[in-house]
Amino acid sequence: MSDKPTLLVAGLHAEVDGKEILKGVDLRVPAGEIHALMGPNGSGKSTLAYTLMGHPKYAVTGGKASFDGHDLLSLTPDERARLGIFLSFQYPTAIPGVTMVNFLRASLRSLGKEMPAREFMQTLKREMEALKMDEEFRARYVNEGYSGGEKKRAEILQLAMLRPKLAILDETDSGLDVDALRTVAEGVKRLAGPDLGILIITHYYRILEFLTPDVVHVLHDGRVVRSGGASLAREIEHTGYDPILGVTAAGAA
Amino acid sequence: MAVEAHELTKDYKYGFHDVDVSVFRTEKGLSPEVVAAISQHKNEPEWMLKFRLKALQHFEKRAMPTWGADLSGIDFNNIYYYVKPIEEQAGRDWDDVPESIKQTFDKLGIPEAERKFLAGVSAQYDSEVVYHNIRADLEKLGVIFGDCDTGLRDHSEIFRKYFGTVIPPNDNKFAALNSAVWSGGSFVYVPAGVRVDIPLQAYFRINSDNMGQFERTLIIAEEGSYVHYIEGCTAPTYSSDSLHSAVVEIIAHKNAHVRYTTIQNWSNNVYNLVTKRAIAYEGATVEWIDGNLGSKITMKYPAIYLMGERAHGEVLSAAFAGEGQHQDAGAKCVHVAPHTTSNIVSRSISKDGGRTSYRGHIKVYPKAHDVKVSVRCDALLLDEASQSDTYPYSDIENSDVTFGHEATVSKIGEDQIFYLTSRGIPEAEATALIVNGFFEPFVKELPMEYAVELNRLLAVQMEGSVG
Repeated sequence: MSDKPTLLVAGLHAEVDGKEILKGVDLRVPAGEIHALMGPNGSGKSTLAYTLMGHPKYAVTGGKASFDGHDLLSLTPDERARLGIFLSFQYPTAIPGVTMVNFLRASLRSLGKEMPAREFMQTLKREMEALKMDEEFRARYVNEGYSGGEKKRAEILQLAMLRPKLAILDETDSGLDVDALRTVAEGVKRLAGPDLGILIITHYYRILEFLTPDVVHVLHDGRVVRSGGASLAREIEHTGYDPILGVTAAGAA
Repeated sequence: MAVEAHELTKDYKYGFHDVDVSVFRTEKGLSPEVVAAISQHKNEPEWMLKFRLKALQHFEKRAMPTWGADLSGIDFNNIYYYVKPIEEQAGRDWDDVPESIKQTFDKLGIPEAERKFLAGVSAQYDSEVVYHNIRADLEKLGVIFGDCDTGLRDHSEIFRKYFGTVIPPNDNKFAALNSAVWSGGSFVYVPAGVRVDIPLQAYFRINSDNMGQFERTLIIAEEGSYVHYIEGCTAPTYSSDSLHSAVVEIIAHKNAHVRYTTIQNWSNNVYNLVTKRAIAYEGATVEWIDGNLGSKITMKYPAIYLMGERAHGEVLSAAFAGEGQHQDAGAKCVHVAPHTTSNIVSRSISKDGGRTSYRGHIKVYPKAHDVKVSVRCDALLLDEASQSDTYPYSDIENSDVTFGHEATVSKIGEDQIFYLTSRGIPEAEATALIVNGFFEPFVKELPMEYAVELNRLLAVQMEGSVG
């Protein structure tokens, strides 16, 4: 047992619509560390994110996943959230008619982190300013009519308000221009610390310029095929995935 | 035999009933004798008795409507058409109301609401209004708010000028029935230029078993005036059905603005068959804010006749149909004059096999040019067993009309639930949040106290689906 809350994934297999996507994923993300999970399109990155959060469409067919010593796979998504897991969605869903404020308050209440109204509004104001979000966002409906950049900021705002122990960021960098990317990355950086583990799922190196990872994993065809330090990400940026995966493919053959 | 409320439904908190305190009731069933007895008991003028008897003939001649919800369960012979709860006419002092009736309205929060945020209150119990009051300053300005029987007696000239002019007795079978046996309801008169800044509310409570409530509401807003009228309604849950068949007539004169809000929360054994119609003259605005949560079957299509240039009509409705319920609701806008506009927004939710229907009619007369109409209906189904249908009719006889119509039927998405649960919100609460969000366009038009109450009622309805 680790003394820090740690995500442990061992030999995880999962399928969606009968098709196996994860074919034995091994991963370990302790609190206080930033991990990057990289890989080409179709390697299973987003599937891993959804599976860890418990999306009903993703069926686990083998292996284990635990957080802070608790078996995740037997829990519903809300129970996983209450353990301290947070997923920043690549494509957040709109909830028409539900304001961001009401949503955040319902969420905090469910997580047992309810704050007095005044403190809540002050915290919200502070976090929105840090993410350069307009005040009118509070009254807007969750993800309805947001631009791509607004959606990503709103996800990081939730991360900041809900204060989980493990944040899985699924392609949070996609669809952002450089300025927005910097704001979002800095937003995450502000929250990083000894109590938060971060798993950044990304196709590109870009976001890692702002958020230096402690460990980089490469996912390919449903398995983690390589892990290394920050230099691995730079290597991928420099050479692309092919040389790294070529070696693996040859070894597997 | 009456069955105690909690045995039938655990969710409907207004299902309790009092002992029968009625001081007079007509015999069961309908006949000219019953109609005459009602009129005689009320000491009405001859013209009203004739009006009633003629209406009864219309009722008897007309066939049951078969184009809408299933009404075959109504047994007109097994209904008390007039049940008088108190000896005296309605007073302005709660202390004069018999104790058991007072307790009922206490439980429903009526006196408290009056103190807190209403300009006037009327409370009807079975066939008669047992209490009504209006703020003294409004009364000084000439605002009248009382029951229709008092309107007929004390304000006969103006009452007779408008009564039955918007909805004639032969309009439809249930308007005819109401016209024959009507009792109670509200009479509202707002003089020219007077703005009633906070709402007037009427509360309708059925207490008796096998009872028909036939209130009659008449609202007259003179030039440039404003009034917001709210009605709420509940009934005990009995094993046999009750009938509620109201007629509501609104006359909005030049540049007047009338808003009529209904939160219908009848118990699930009430047939709710209501005719509501407004006339909007030049520059006038009429808004129907119509929420239907309760009843077994509701058929109600608030209508606005836009008779003068630049008149505007809004119908904003929300319906919730649970197990065994059919909410057949909609709207009707008739554009008679040029430069008139109407906007219809309907939101409905069906759950546990419940059924919602939107039935709308837009009519534009040949002389009505530069007309704008917008209709939007959205239905949300919470499970496979539930049902929603849309019956939009339009009859447009002028080419200079902008007509937008949009209708959607959707189910609560797996992705929406996943998103909310991933933030720690349990699934049942996530569903309730989505449902509340769906009704938000309606709820935000309600005074805060009613919005809170409606959200609470929805939460109760949603709880029924879990466990």
